[in-house]
Amino acid sequence: MRELALHILDIVQNSVSAGAQYIKITAAENLSTDRLFLSVEDNGKGMDEAMVARVVDPFVTSRTSRRVGLGIPLLKAAAEACNGWFKISSTLGKGTLVEVEFQHSHIDRMPLGDMGSTILNLVVSYPEIHWVYDYSVNGRHFEFDSQPIKDELGDEVPFTDPSVLAFLREYISTGIASVQTDTN
Amino acid sequence: MSPIKSLEDLKRVREEALEKRRVKANSGEIQIIVGMGTTGIAAGARETMKAILDTIEKDSLTGIIVTQTGGFGLDANEPIIQVIVGDQPKVTYGKVTAEVARQIMKEHVVGGKVVQEYVIQA
Repeated sequence: MRELALHILDIVQNSVSAGAQYIKITAAENLSTDRLFLSVEDNGKGMDEAMVARVVDPFVTSRTSRRVGLGIPLLKAAAEACNGWFKISSTLGKGTLVEVEFQHSHIDRMPLGDMGSTILNLVVSYPEIHWVYDYSVNGRHFEFDSQPIKDELGDEVPFTDPSVLAFLREYISTGIASVQTDTN
Repeated sequence: MSPIKSLEDLKRVREEALEKRRVKANSGEIQIIVGMGTTGIAAGARETMKAILDTIEKDSLTGIIVTQTGGFGLDANEPIIQVIVGDQPKVTYGKVTAEVARQIMKEHVVGGKVVQEYVIQA
């Protein structure tokens, strides 16, 4: 995969499969410490210690259609190749936290990529999940929270309504751009 | 700091959406499922989905539900989408690039004609 945003889209499917109702995605770029931090936090069914220990092994997966799950090992390898680290913590019945960090300036680090599309895809595809995206650059934050939007729209108007799609796309992209202005 | 599009705009967006719904009677619900497993994503499934959402937005299509699923287990044909129109049987498409997705939206979702060229057996 060519973008970290695609890796995020991929590993978030694990949270969805784990029955999460709340999923928070964090991306923090810090140019003074030269680090890029990403995390996915969910309140899904979680995993026991043995499963956590095995989950980074490419030959472990909970899926039934195919036996090999590559999402997490790929992301872990990408971080470790960029002077970074990968950590997964999970509690049965509580949820899972996946954290990964890269050296921001590392020559092999993939670009963060189109996080706006990743977030829009997820929110539209899984409207029943409460999504939060916290994006920061050098401490300036943009937080997207799907809950107030869902509350305002009510039951009659879905996220796939054309006017709502236009709103979401612009709201997310202008929010992302608003924290990037003084760095790029 | 506050984005140009703010949550205050949302009230107006909602009213507009409800108004349009009243004007355009719903002609049966359409469901589109995009395969978003690791192989699907690596093959470009996010851009496929983006093209679908862009078409809905630009052509003001209502009554469409777009969702995603893990792998369909047909990796060589990714990106894969399924289209279900009303109570008709579902149609599975393979190698659906953004461009093919736009064609499927136009010919199948709007026009009602299955795009045979990209149909695969699921």
